[in-house]
Amino acid sequence: MPETGGHGASIELESLTKRYPGVAQPAVDNVSMEIKAGEVVVLVGPSGCGKSTLLKMINRLIEPTGGRIRMGGEDVTDIDPVGLRRKIGYAIQSAGLFPHMTVAQNIALVPRMIGWPKSRIGARTEELLDLVGLDPGEFHGRYPRQLSGGQQQRVGVARALAADPPVLLMDEPFGAVDPITRDHLQDELIRLQHELHKTIVFVTHDFDEAIKIGDRIAVLRERSHIAQFDTPEAILANPADDFVSGFVGAGAALKRLNLTRVRDVEITDYPTVMIDDPLQQIVNRLRAGGTNEVLLLDRHGRPCKWLRRGDLMRARGSLARAGTPVHDTVTRDATLRDALEAVLTDNTGRVAVTGRNGEYTGVVDMETLLNSVHGMLEADRLDALENQHELEELRAAQTHVEQEGDRGVTGVGGFGGTR
Amino acid sequence: MTAPGPVRTAPGPAADEEEAEAPRTAPGPPPRRIGRQKLTVLPAVLVAVLLATWLWFRQADLDALTRNALSGGQVSKALWQHIQLTAISTFFVLIIAIPLGILLTRGAFRRAAPVAMAFANTGQATPAIGLLALLVIWLGIGRRAALIGIIAYAVLPVLSNTIAGLKANDPTLLEAARGIGMSSAEVLTRVELPLAVPLILAGVRTALVLNVGTATLAVFGGGGGLGVLITTGITNQRMPVLVLGSVLMVVLALLVDWLASLAEVLLRPRGLQS
Repeated sequence: MPETGGHGASIELESLTKRYPGVAQPAVDNVSMEIKAGEVVVLVGPSGCGKSTLLKMINRLIEPTGGRIRMGGEDVTDIDPVGLRRKIGYAIQSAGLFPHMTVAQNIALVPRMIGWPKSRIGARTEELLDLVGLDPGEFHGRYPRQLSGGQQQRVGVARALAADPPVLLMDEPFGAVDPITRDHLQDELIRLQHELHKTIVFVTHDFDEAIKIGDRIAVLRERSHIAQFDTPEAILANPADDFVSGFVGAGAALKRLNLTRVRDVEITDYPTVMIDDPLQQIVNRLRAGGTNEVLLLDRHGRPCKWLRRGDLMRARGSLARAGTPVHDTVTRDATLRDALEAVLTDNTGRVAVTGRNGEYTGVVDMETLLNSVHGMLEADRLDALENQHELEELRAAQTHVEQEGDRGVTGVGGFGGTR
Repeated sequence: MTAPGPVRTAPGPAADEEEAEAPRTAPGPPPRRIGRQKLTVLPAVLVAVLLATWLWFRQADLDALTRNALSGGQVSKALWQHIQLTAISTFFVLIIAIPLGILLTRGAFRRAAPVAMAFANTGQATPAIGLLALLVIWLGIGRRAALIGIIAYAVLPVLSNTIAGLKANDPTLLEAARGIGMSSAEVLTRVELPLAVPLILAGVRTALVLNVGTATLAVFGGGGGLGVLITTGITNQRMPVLVLGSVLMVVLALLVDWLASLAEVLLRPRGLQS
């Protein structure tokens, strides 16, 4: 990308508080958090926990009543909010596109406001449409109402990225689209982030979305108190308390499968035969392989059928009718959950792993899956135990400080407000 | 002028299979917004009415009093005065009501909105002729009193529609506008007002039609206009004068309404049409 302002900027929130006049309890109470440059942090919590409020305090759509915000080391708590917001991308639910402007005009808004020359804005608009997977020629002149929900959301992300801000705030951006499109948009965001390395703060109430997108997840309870702020793996393996485990929900081990890719586990080789091979050779291969089955590949090397010994006998030598067709294959980028799903549907106890063009590269079987999941869960648990000691020490120190009445030092290391 | 119906170009290739359900009213050349029927029917009817009136006057046997009332360019003078009254009063209504409406939806002034609306309501609730009489007593006979009466009468629809239009804007959209870094002035001019244009224009159209009507009453304040023909017709018991005044007024009102409806369609921001 040309002129990429490069990577994200770090964000530090220090004892951030929002009190509304006439309300006894603060809406956001003394939140401290450090977000590293280029990191995706997901704020997740039940409705009304103040996660959106916390997000909007970062770009000061809601002015904090206490605490400091630092961005890339610079204190932005008191600078001009309009100037600040032009340096922070902002994407919201249902995209928030302006219906009276075309897609291109919507995207060009921020670059125009900060005075980019026309030619640069034009080029940038095309580039961004391309980046979010919309054909510039087709979508450039459309109005938002002529787009589907998913397309609007893409334009919303493009608008947020328009002036290449180091920081991106996303407030339940995929909350209003159907599950399939949402899944697709999440994948796209992950892909984009892979290229752009922005600092992204993402708000959602969907824990599965948080696991999928976040490098780290902050689980918030009421008044934005941070219940746990850690990597998805650590939260799944060791929820800090009942609130977090309640939020993680059932099936933490299953969700863990989403965090590991097929390429991270052992892919084994399996006896294969080509569809053009003479029958005798196939039979020999079956005998020699020491397995009950061989995988039949088509002319392009793509998995096609599982052949058992009995199949060949019954089919009387014709390959066309023999064996069970391969229903499902996975790529190396698929999650273990996808792999498990495929293993369960194909009743062979294993799934073929394919390369870029669908060609066979190996198999993953049930046993490998079970072993690697076991290994992962065990490792997570050990990590978590180690962390827990640190965490408890931190909390002890914090409680001590709070009891001494010195509130200025609370919230060390992002565990502010926990009791 | 021939105006083909809305042109829709063929759908382009789908961007994404999963989003194939997207509405495909492709951009291409922007479609004509006004149909042929809308452009031609009303003007044709008005021309026919005027022609019929003119033909009737040509063959009618008019007495001296009638001829006297219609001669010497008095009809065109009254018509011109009427148009002027309408135009000037509408102009003032716009520059009073729209800024006031904007002001009453900003921050601290929001609380004053009910008061201002109540005030504007009394302006319209007072019978126009009574208001005019009071103004004449206060300001003396003349065009000024007539204009003020007309304006007071027509501020309400524009004011209430401006306020309603601005208030109807989706707050999340305005927050998005602030969130991407627009100043409050930019939010107003680039987002709020364009989105409120349809409602504001509807108010302006109502005000225009009201003004054509109330301008007839200007004659009682010495303001001239087509009301002159009507009152002359009544006091002298000359039907033709009365009919001519009424016909011209009706034609003018319908014409103004038609023009306003065209403006409503043309000025509505693209992208908002359904």
